[in-house]
Amino acid sequence: MSGHSTYEPKNPLAKWFDKQLPILSMSYDFMVFPTPKNLNYLWTFGGILSMCLVIQLVTGIVLAMHYTPHVDMAFSSVEHIMRDVNYGWLLRYIHATGGSMFFIAVFVHILRGMYYGSYKAPREILWILGVIILLLMMMTAFMGYVLPWGQMSFWGAKVITSLFSAIPFVGDWVVTLLWGGFSVDNPTLNRFFSLHYLMPFVIVGAVALHIWALHIPGSNNPTGVSVKSGQDTVPFHPYITMKDGFAAIVFLVLFAFFVFYKPNYLGHSINYEIADPLKTPEHIVPEWYFLPFYAILRAIPDKLGGVLAMAGAIVILFFLPWLDTSRVRSAKYRPIFRQFFWLFVIDVVILGFVGANPPEGWWITVGQFATAYYFAHFLLIIPLVGLIENPKPLPASISESVLANHPKGEPAAQPAE
Amino acid sequence: MSTLDSHDSERRDFLYIGTGAFAAVGTAMAAWPFIDQMNPDASVKALASVEVDLAPIEEGQSITISWRGNPVFIRHRTAKEIEEAKSVPIADLPDQDARNANIDDGSPATDVNRVIEGKEKFLIMLGVCTHLGCVPVGEAGEFGGWFCPCHGSHYDTAGRIRKGPAPENLLVPPYSYASDTLVKIG
Amino acid sequence: MKTLAKFLTAAALSTALLAGPALAAGKVKNAKDIAFSFEGPFGTFDRAQLQRGFQVYQEVCSACHSTDLLSYRNLGDHGGPEFPEAQVKAVAAEVEVQDGPNGDGEMFDRPGRPSDKFKAPFSNDNEARASNDGALPPDLSLITKAREGFHYPWYVSPFIKMWTGNGGPEYVHAVLTGYTDPPEKEADHAPEGKSYNAYFAAGPWISMAPPLTEDGVEYSDGTKASVDQMAKDVSAFLAWAGEPKMEERKTMGLRVMIYLLILAILMYLIKLKLWRDVEH
Repeated sequence: MSGHSTYEPKNPLAKWFDKQLPILSMSYDFMVFPTPKNLNYLWTFGGILSMCLVIQLVTGIVLAMHYTPHVDMAFSSVEHIMRDVNYGWLLRYIHATGGSMFFIAVFVHILRGMYYGSYKAPREILWILGVIILLLMMMTAFMGYVLPWGQMSFWGAKVITSLFSAIPFVGDWVVTLLWGGFSVDNPTLNRFFSLHYLMPFVIVGAVALHIWALHIPGSNNPTGVSVKSGQDTVPFHPYITMKDGFAAIVFLVLFAFFVFYKPNYLGHSINYEIADPLKTPEHIVPEWYFLPFYAILRAIPDKLGGVLAMAGAIVILFFLPWLDTSRVRSAKYRPIFRQFFWLFVIDVVILGFVGANPPEGWWITVGQFATAYYFAHFLLIIPLVGLIENPKPLPASISESVLANHPKGEPAAQPAE
Repeated sequence: MSTLDSHDSERRDFLYIGTGAFAAVGTAMAAWPFIDQMNPDASVKALASVEVDLAPIEEGQSITISWRGNPVFIRHRTAKEIEEAKSVPIADLPDQDARNANIDDGSPATDVNRVIEGKEKFLIMLGVCTHLGCVPVGEAGEFGGWFCPCHGSHYDTAGRIRKGPAPENLLVPPYSYASDTLVKIG
Repeated sequence: MKTLAKFLTAAALSTALLAGPALAAGKVKNAKDIAFSFEGPFGTFDRAQLQRGFQVYQEVCSACHSTDLLSYRNLGDHGGPEFPEAQVKAVAAEVEVQDGPNGDGEMFDRPGRPSDKFKAPFSNDNEARASNDGALPPDLSLITKAREGFHYPWYVSPFIKMWTGNGGPEYVHAVLTGYTDPPEKEADHAPEGKSYNAYFAAGPWISMAPPLTEDGVEYSDGTKASVDQMAKDVSAFLAWAGEPKMEERKTMGLRVMIYLLILAILMYLIKLKLWRDVEH
């Protein structure tokens, strides 16, 4: 996307068109974009995420044709979709499961970036755009979960919007503003529906910027070593497109398994009970993808502190490129960081379990330790490890590292990682 | 990057084309639910028929009721109106098809074919102009029947198109008499 | 799959016993697992069972519980009890439905039609409470999806439930058959008019008196109407009521899975061929 296109349309009509609107040469540049040839399957999640976004958009637009955003009708209109609308059950289950699939893919994508140091120069803006997309996704998912107007929808909305009441001085005013009333009610549902419809298009915009920012430096790769020559790359099409396509189909198998065989596994039973503003369910928890953050919220025995910690857990990601002091990108050549990376993953899983369980007994202690570790990972471990670690020698180029993997020069059937 | 052997490229082409076709078929099939969801759903299709008591409708009076979201005209016709409708030669009609859901398709548009025999007094038809869907006005137009103000279609006292852009007679919906004066539409 | 689940459950429970306090928190008893015909990736509803279950629902449950999301026409739907059309019409016609206003502006009652929703026993929640000593009989449309019969320790729950599900139908069966005399220490402070039921989610005291009695209904297919049988049948019926498109979903699922697996293989072959001569 940078520089001048080498594409010259042969057809005079195409030539005329491309001169005025260079979509053809832009698409061509996309297709031939030089991509590191040593990418492993973790790099296919960018494509998978684009697919998830399109699936959510298409099913969502269609569901909105049948859904009624009114407290008296929302719940039954969702059931109307499930029972009466042609293939409505399919569309709704795809959309509901799709939310979870989207987060599975985005977490893999983020962890891949963390492991291989994809956030480091010259890709800080790319990383920051990614964190913005994550935030937008979380907002969209949260508001979408409110729409079926079940018990968990309602109480989730109430609890999460009430977080803003922790803001000093103006908190209560902000919460009333968000609700459009004195509790979560019809105005709240209406605005959540409006914003839930709007946000995905904002995400599309952010994704466009994310991809643009990717095409300036090009993809990182498992060695973390920058591309040195044409020897290191393959054209995006057909090499990467077909590989991404294969990975996307495999991902769809998992997706379809949940849609057709376990459509309610990732949700909450209690959300099949209609919202009752007078009765809180015994045990309220957010969707699984919010559980680690929910655990961080509850780990701090102070209202404002908990909210700040939860927000901080995401905000800290923005600073990751500057917290990391190592000159080496890929954890492949960082023996100490690699261990801590996996400890971090385990810590987040523990936080997930803490978030899913009632804040009683030793869960509280575990949650507090895990929360402390979460922040320590970013604020202490990453800066310090970068300073004291003695990285392994880096290959001179991607091609050299590839040759080292196959010393006899035999073609590889599988990527190394 | 390297080039492929020529004998390989043939097999690769087949694999490419085969997979492409397979994926295209799958995509087309996956598109169907997204289209079909716009069709009337099960609750709409199951919508009940309406029953109307004709007894209170006096001669020369019309009522309009709603059936499946559309107006249905029920007119208790006067003897004069019936006479007028019967006197029109079929050959003079722009649309010579009865357009009656209760009799065979393609029956001629005689007056008796527009109603149920023996109940000629009651004309029951959809109040939807066959031009572009407006609701015609009753006892109006050049033929004393209905007149559509949107684009000037004139219908006669049997609801047949006589003049104007509408291509067809006003449609007669499926209906039957549950008793002498009770009619069930749909 | 069932055996695996049982094994995992047993393993979980034994470790839980060692862990001790972890399990003590849960006070609701685990519902007994039932091998329903609709379980598993190929499971379908047993039509005869759904029809019997509807009979139990109609003669027993519907006296107090509404099922607002069902219409009479659903009883004839493909993948459901599949009652013949005439029978669906007859069932619908048994109830009086308010319609109107008529030409004089008055509401009137008419016999029900297949397109009508199931008639609720009470016109609103307050009337339902007033008629049931203050307790609201929940709507049954989604009861098998809104309740969970299975409870496992936290460290195995997400994994076991992948196989067993939440046990919603089992929960309904367990509550219907789970009435017992209260343990001695509980008996003294028994709330008036309530029964003891260790399976009831908000329990153990439940406002619903034991609804099923031996031979409480007379099955036309000759099945012995034991309490256990009736409870199983009505649980199956309610499982269908909650998920009426289940059979369509599984049928389509199998086709989609086969399609995707073939496409995945084809894509993998393409990928292999393409990359065969690239060092990577």
